[in-house]
Amino acid sequence: MSLQEFLQFVFAGITSGSVYALTALGFTLIYNATGIINFAQGEFVMLGGLAAVSLHSGGAPLALAAIGAVAVVTVVGLLFELLAIRPLLNASILAQIIVTVGASLALRTAAMLVWGREAVALPAFTERAPLSVFGATVVAQTLWVLGVTALIVIALQVFYRRTMLGKAVRACAVNPMAARLLGIPYGRVVLLTFGASAAVAAAGGVLITPISFMSYSSGALIGLKGFAAAILGGLGSPAGAVAGGLTLGLLESLSVGLLPWSGTSGYKDAIAFLILLLVLFARPQGLLGQRSAQKV
Amino acid sequence: MALVVVLGLLLFAGLGCGGDETATDETTEDTAASTDTSAGETTDTSEAGDEVAAPTGEPIVFGALVSATGPAAALGEQERAALEMLEGQLNDRGGLLGRPVEIVIEDDQSNPNEAVTATNKLIQQDGAVAIIGGTISPSTLAMKPITAREGIPQVTMSAANAITDEPPIEWIWRTPPKDALAVARALTYVSEKLGITRIAVLHDENAFGSSGLAEIEKSAADYGLEVVAKESYRTDETDLTAPLTKIRSSEPEALVVWGTNPGPAVAAKNMDQLGMDIPYIGSHGIANMTFIDLAGDAAEGVVFPAGKMLIPESITDPAQKEVVDGFIAAFEEATGQRPNTFAGHAFDSVGLLVDAIERAGSTEPGDIQQALNETTGWAGPDGIFNYSETDHDGLEVGDLIMVRIEGGSWVLAE
Amino acid sequence: MPRFGQGEGAESAAADAAVKPSEGGRGSDRDRGDRCGRGGAWGWASGNLAFLLFSLVALTMPLYLTNSYYLSILAFFAIRLMPTIGLNLLLGQAGQISLGHAAFIGLGAYGSALLTTRWGLDPWPAMFLAALLSALVAVVIGVPALRLKGHYLAMATLGFGEIVLILLIQLKGLTGGTDGVVGIPPLELGGWSLTDPRLFHVVVWSAALIMLRMALNLPRTRTGRALIALHRTEIAASSLGIDVAFHKLQVFVVSAVFASIAGSFLAHYVMFISPEGFGVTLSVLLVAGAVIGGLAGVWGAVWGAGLMVLLPEVLARYNEDYTLLAFGLLVIVVMIFLPEGLAGAPAKLRALRRTPPYTVASRTQAEPVEERGSECRS
Repeated sequence: MSLQEFLQFVFAGITSGSVYALTALGFTLIYNATGIINFAQGEFVMLGGLAAVSLHSGGAPLALAAIGAVAVVTVVGLLFELLAIRPLLNASILAQIIVTVGASLALRTAAMLVWGREAVALPAFTERAPLSVFGATVVAQTLWVLGVTALIVIALQVFYRRTMLGKAVRACAVNPMAARLLGIPYGRVVLLTFGASAAVAAAGGVLITPISFMSYSSGALIGLKGFAAAILGGLGSPAGAVAGGLTLGLLESLSVGLLPWSGTSGYKDAIAFLILLLVLFARPQGLLGQRSAQKV
Repeated sequence: MALVVVLGLLLFAGLGCGGDETATDETTEDTAASTDTSAGETTDTSEAGDEVAAPTGEPIVFGALVSATGPAAALGEQERAALEMLEGQLNDRGGLLGRPVEIVIEDDQSNPNEAVTATNKLIQQDGAVAIIGGTISPSTLAMKPITAREGIPQVTMSAANAITDEPPIEWIWRTPPKDALAVARALTYVSEKLGITRIAVLHDENAFGSSGLAEIEKSAADYGLEVVAKESYRTDETDLTAPLTKIRSSEPEALVVWGTNPGPAVAAKNMDQLGMDIPYIGSHGIANMTFIDLAGDAAEGVVFPAGKMLIPESITDPAQKEVVDGFIAAFEEATGQRPNTFAGHAFDSVGLLVDAIERAGSTEPGDIQQALNETTGWAGPDGIFNYSETDHDGLEVGDLIMVRIEGGSWVLAE
Repeated sequence: MPRFGQGEGAESAAADAAVKPSEGGRGSDRDRGDRCGRGGAWGWASGNLAFLLFSLVALTMPLYLTNSYYLSILAFFAIRLMPTIGLNLLLGQAGQISLGHAAFIGLGAYGSALLTTRWGLDPWPAMFLAALLSALVAVVIGVPALRLKGHYLAMATLGFGEIVLILLIQLKGLTGGTDGVVGIPPLELGGWSLTDPRLFHVVVWSAALIMLRMALNLPRTRTGRALIALHRTEIAASSLGIDVAFHKLQVFVVSAVFASIAGSFLAHYVMFISPEGFGVTLSVLLVAGAVIGGLAGVWGAVWGAGLMVLLPEVLARYNEDYTLLAFGLLVIVVMIFLPEGLAGAPAKLRALRRTPPYTVASRTQAEPVEERGSECRS
């Protein structure tokens, strides 16, 4: 394989990996505060993209459409928490997860009814020719995705470590009972978390729609990969989410590139998942996750 | 736990009532329609005139199964719209054999198991004399044993070869061009007009794409072509630069992309990004504006096989031209959208059934079956149909044209 | 060393006394009583009466329900019930989650389909062999995976499911890929081909009922008791000599076999299978069905499977486009009002009418699965 080809596979991996990374970030945020896996996370990504398309085709300039879409989906996320998650905060984790499953079905169908069944596109944020590195190309939009992801991760790190509110959120993740006893409004923290997670997801959706379009059914595969990425990187660690996402993307595209026979690209997901399983068996907490101690 | 049983029975009661309600609603709608519009372009040979008697009597029920939701929803949506429009049209023109027509439409959610339940319902509950559907090949293949067992004619809108290659085929006919035809049309163009020998194939791994690849691999040699690389992708794949890079390393002279949106559009954009300027030959899955909307500039120069409805000016047979123009106009008026190929499949399905029933003068399954097998020269958007006892596909390669995308619209590819 | 049976019975006796003084439970009669610890002949009779009644109704349905549409819905109900029972056991009794069970259904379906169409086996031996294959695969994946916890286990099973799905699609030479397998022969029993929907109904429901009976019996077996113990606290249970890993694996394999048999029935019923139906979506819906039905007792599986199969049919009568939207919303609503599932509904209704007793201990931390036997507090 030539250097150009190898680099191209790397860029392909980074392109899809960045999508997984943003989605995984959303999973991590909610998991950190509540211990739930939000099965509707992929749908929030999808809603972000579709909302931006609507706003843009309605006349809004691209930047405004993007911000507007994030705002709209954030509101949806907040409502989702209030209506569906809050009533179940004292129930089992399983019940809460099933509620998110119901929500993902409902959101997907609602999107189908509102936006129709066909895929739609957004123009790229910056119209320019793809960048070329040693002959391998990457579109400018991918750099946007990576850039925004990096910004979000940095912002989250600062938030968690340096701000009072961030520390309060971390306290809730460690022990909700104790956090409540210290006067931290647990309910509001969870609400904030869902809003933030929805915002991150929506940003992801807006960023990738120019590259790979968006339809009402796009959320399913994105959610699946995002969850895998979050686990691979170690649930609960924002840096892990990004690492997991990029790793997953690279595993996929490199399996396409490195398998010598033609017609084997269909196996890429299987190979990536197999490696994920092996990582989990060897290192159950994921790549960057903390080994959790269990109280006996 | 007797509660379980009671609840179950209540639910069934609900099911039963629900079913009857829909049936009565539709009947009242149709029989209320009594108009005096002229019978202009029609799919059947009804008498021309300004006054048409309202249809009376027991409705003739067609059962239709489309994928209105699920992965194939984009295909099923227009099929459903066309069916609803045709039902109204038929009844406005005096119905079929003087009786009102009722098209009961069920959704299989793009799931063959649902298709089984729905088909049973259409035959048992709704008393369908014929079944139209499914949208996707897996559903059709699941429905086939049922219609064969019940002896009810089924006209399908799916393209897989297996539908008419594998027995039983006595009770199933199809309206879209078979996969083999579309591939033949495309490969003929490639070998004759492009004068190349090395092709690569990128296909969706779903039934549509896989079937296309299998057909291409089987017949490539007949056209002097060699498949030097083949790769597949998942339907909702976000980026195809990896398989394309792999394909490029085999140095093909043209790329055939077989799939339904959005994959082929992603492929087009990615090819631009990678600087791959070899010819892009698509499938009839991209014979719609969505592909152009998505791929934008990357769609320029893409060629693909399609039914003549896409470029009505290319139709040489005057009867077919009249039918197609009329259909496009009526559909646009009813839905505000131009019909796509799938709507055309629905139109042909209904039209062929109506034609057969009128020739047979009865709705007995055996009579419909015989009349369908005797269909000759029936013209519709998909082409000119000639069925026989052994040929339940009805079309030939000449019914397809090669289309090129130029300036964001379709032109005939020379 | 306390006997787990007695310990459990004594606890539920205390709880029963607190809630309904008139009805106390006798732990020592647990072996003869029903799974709730209600003792003696009455317990045995009421537990079994429900099962007998249900079986009677289920098996005699074809006598008065000859409509093949209704029968096909009921057939899918039975086919859906089998893996749901397995998941009810896995989630409820063993406390393990699996988001990959659709893969076992797929293995059963493809096993039966290929063995009968390619290699000419008879359907029943093929079903057995497919179940054997599924059991083997369950062991191979279960041994490493069941050491994981919570969401990591969920992901491991999900990954496993995806790998199986991709293999089914990609190994075209073997499986036919997305074209699927056509011409699968119907089942035969004593020379009668089961194409008649009524005969098929009786056979498939018999199989489902046998599985139900096995699951209902589980708490009386050694494995069942071990599971009750380890469900509460794995560490204490294993410190008392219970081979936690073995019992968890056992339930996993049994649930895989149930799913595989369901897949085989599906293949011989529809006579056509394709890979797309055996993906993550089905796995997630199976788990949802088990949870919605209720994990406290095996009957929850009946509720859950029934809801997941019958509800979309009912909704579809009104408007197909909105079916899944309404379905998703109903799932949310049911979980909010009945977080312990539909099977807990009668108990919950009764509890609503009674003022709850003062108890010092109450749950402050959400636990992964419901208390086994909570349906008995009534």
